[in-house]
Amino acid sequence: MSAAPQQTQTAGAAVALPLIEARNVTRILSGVVPTTLVHDIDLAVGDNEFVAITGPSGSGKSSLLYLLGLLDLPTSGELLIKGHATARMDEEERAFTRLTLLGFVFQFHFLLPELTVLDNVMLPMRALARLSRDGMKSRAADLLGSLGLGDHMNKRPDQLSGGQRQRVAVARALANEPPVILADEPTGSLDSKASEQVFQVLRDLVDKHGKTVVAVTHDVSLAARMDRRIELIDGAIVSDQALKGSR
Amino acid sequence: MNLILDIAWTHVRARVRQTGFAVAGVATGVGFSIMMASLMQGSQDDFTSRLVNTLPNITVSDERRAPPPQPAETFYAAAEIHGLTPEARRRGIKNPLASMAALEAWLPGEVGSSVKVQAIIRYANHDIATNVIGIDPRREAKVSDLPKQMRQATLTALYRATNAIVIGDRLSDKIGARIGANITLQTSEGTRISAQVVGFFHSGVRQIDESTAYVLTKTGQILAKQTGLINELRVRLRDPMNSREIAERVERDTGYKSVSWQEANEDLISTFIIRNIIMYTVVGAILLVASFGTYNIISTITHEKARDIAIMKSLGLSEFTVRSIFVIEALIIGVAGAIVGFVLGYVLCLALGTVEIKNPFIDSDHLPLAYSYLHYLLAGTVALVSSVAAGYQPARKAARLHPVEIIRGAT
Repeated sequence: MSAAPQQTQTAGAAVALPLIEARNVTRILSGVVPTTLVHDIDLAVGDNEFVAITGPSGSGKSSLLYLLGLLDLPTSGELLIKGHATARMDEEERAFTRLTLLGFVFQFHFLLPELTVLDNVMLPMRALARLSRDGMKSRAADLLGSLGLGDHMNKRPDQLSGGQRQRVAVARALANEPPVILADEPTGSLDSKASEQVFQVLRDLVDKHGKTVVAVTHDVSLAARMDRRIELIDGAIVSDQALKGSR
Repeated sequence: MNLILDIAWTHVRARVRQTGFAVAGVATGVGFSIMMASLMQGSQDDFTSRLVNTLPNITVSDERRAPPPQPAETFYAAAEIHGLTPEARRRGIKNPLASMAALEAWLPGEVGSSVKVQAIIRYANHDIATNVIGIDPRREAKVSDLPKQMRQATLTALYRATNAIVIGDRLSDKIGARIGANITLQTSEGTRISAQVVGFFHSGVRQIDESTAYVLTKTGQILAKQTGLINELRVRLRDPMNSREIAERVERDTGYKSVSWQEANEDLISTFIIRNIIMYTVVGAILLVASFGTYNIISTITHEKARDIAIMKSLGLSEFTVRSIFVIEALIIGVAGAIVGFVLGYVLCLALGTVEIKNPFIDSDHLPLAYSYLHYLLAGTVALVSSVAAGYQPARKAARLHPVEIIRGAT
C-alpha cells in the first residue's frame, strides 16, 4: 500500500479505522455523452457490519460496489481501505488488496467451468501462495464442508445447483480470509429456498465469524434483515440507516 | 507458477481440435524447415566434400598473379614502360623438391608434385580436350583421394605399361575406351604419344570425370617436352577449411600463384550463400505462417475466456499472472508443435533420403541429406519464439481487460 493509514480522531480519543471509506467519491463514464454512475458518495463501513445497498435499477448500486472493491476507479474523491488511500496504488497493488482484504460474490456464481469445486475455492489461495498445497486443500475442504458442500468437492460447477454454486462462490470469496465480503445481488439468480440458504451463510459470516458483508440487493425484504441499509437513487446516497433488531 | 500452468493446460486441453490445428501448423513449419535445412546442408556438404576430396586443397602452379616488373621500374620510381612484352620464363616451378621440403616444414598437411598438360585425347574418331596430369602414384594417396576413386585397377597400374594412362569413367564412356585400349595424346606443341588405358577413376564430379586423365610424372614431362618439369604442387591439409589462409601464405613464401579450393570454386560457394539466404527466408515464411495459427488460437481462447479473465482479475490475480497464462498456452502449442515437427522433419528426411535423383553437377544416386541437431535446434527455437510472440499480443490485451465491463456485460 502506498499511503499511510489515516486515523480518525474524535474528541481526542482514537476511533477504530473503517474497513472501507469513501470520501466524496464520484464516478463518471467518459464518452461522447459522459454518464455519471455515482456522485458525492461519503460512506464508511466498519468491522462486523452487514450492509445492504439498495435502490432501483440504474441507481448505481453495483457501480458503488465495484468502486468499494477496487474493481473500478473513482473519477474524483478518495477511497480508503483500512485507512490506506488507494488512489495512488498501481494495478498490481490493487490486485493484491483484492486478493488479501476483499472477497467477491457476484450475482452469477462466476466459477471457472473447467476447474473442480475444490480447485475453484483454492484459486485465490494459490494466487496468494501463503499456504502449502496440502494446507490450501485442507482449508478449501473445511470451507466447503462448513457450507454443506463437502460431498461436492470434486464436481465441476455445471454439476451443481444454482444455490450450491453460489455457496461455492462464497467459499471462494472466503478463501484468503478477507475481512470484507462484497456481494453483488448474491441471491438475484436463485429461487427462494436457495436465496434463504445463501443469505443465512452471509448472516453467519457476520454473526459467527466477525466478517463485514456489503451486499447489493434489490430485494427489500432481504435488505430489511441486514444491519444497515444504504439507499441510492440516481447515483447518490439518499439514506443510510441502521436497522434495529435485525439480528 | 503451478497455477498459471494448470489454468493454461486446462484451457488448451479443453480445445483439443483447435489446439490440434495450431500444433499441426507449427509442426508442419518445423518439419518442413528441418527437411529443407537438411537437404540444403546435405547437398552443400556433399558437394563441398567432393570438391575437397577430389581436388587438392591448394594448387600451387608455376604462374604468377602479375607479370614481373621490369628492372627499370624497380629502381626508378619515375620509370613507366608501355607496350613491352613480359620476359618469357622457363616453365615450371624452380627447385620443386626444395620448395616442397620448405612447405612441408610448416604447413599442416602433405605436398605432392605433378605436371599438368593440356592435350587432346584421340580414340575411335573422338577428339576430347583433356587435362593430363603427371603424378607420382605412391605419393598421390597423401594429397588426393584418387587411389580410392580407382575403378577396375589400382593407381599402381600406371607402372605396368610404358605411357600408361588412367582416365575418368565418364571420359571412357564418351570415347568408348576400355582397359587395354591404346589412345593417342597430342599437345598443342605437337607432341604426340600413344598411351595404354590401365584403369578408370570416378571422382563423382562430372567435369573432372569427363575431362581428366592421369599419367606418370615422367610421361607428363615427355608430353610437355621438358625433362624434370614440375608445374604444379598439390597440397592436402589436415583441415581443408584453412586452405584459403594457408594458400595466401604459400603464395607469399614461394611467389607462385597458389589457389585454394575455395578460391577455385568461389562462384559455387557464393551460390551456396545465396541459396542459404533463400532457404532461411522460405523457412522463416513457413514458421511465420504457422505463428498466425498460434495467434489465432490464443486470440480465440482469450475472447472466449474474457469472463474468466474478469473473474480472475476481480479475485486479485495480477495482470502478469493473467498474461502469463496465455503466453504459457502459446508456449505449450509451440513446444508441442516443435516436438511433433521434429518427428515429422526426421520422417520427411528419411523419406527424402530414399528418393533417387540425378544431379547435373554431381552424380549422386540419392538426395544428399545432412542430419544435424542444429537444424532441429534452430527450427524449434524459431517455432517457440514465434509462438510466444504470436501469443503475447492477445495475452497482453486479455490481461488489460477491465473486469467491470465484462462483469456488467455478463450480468
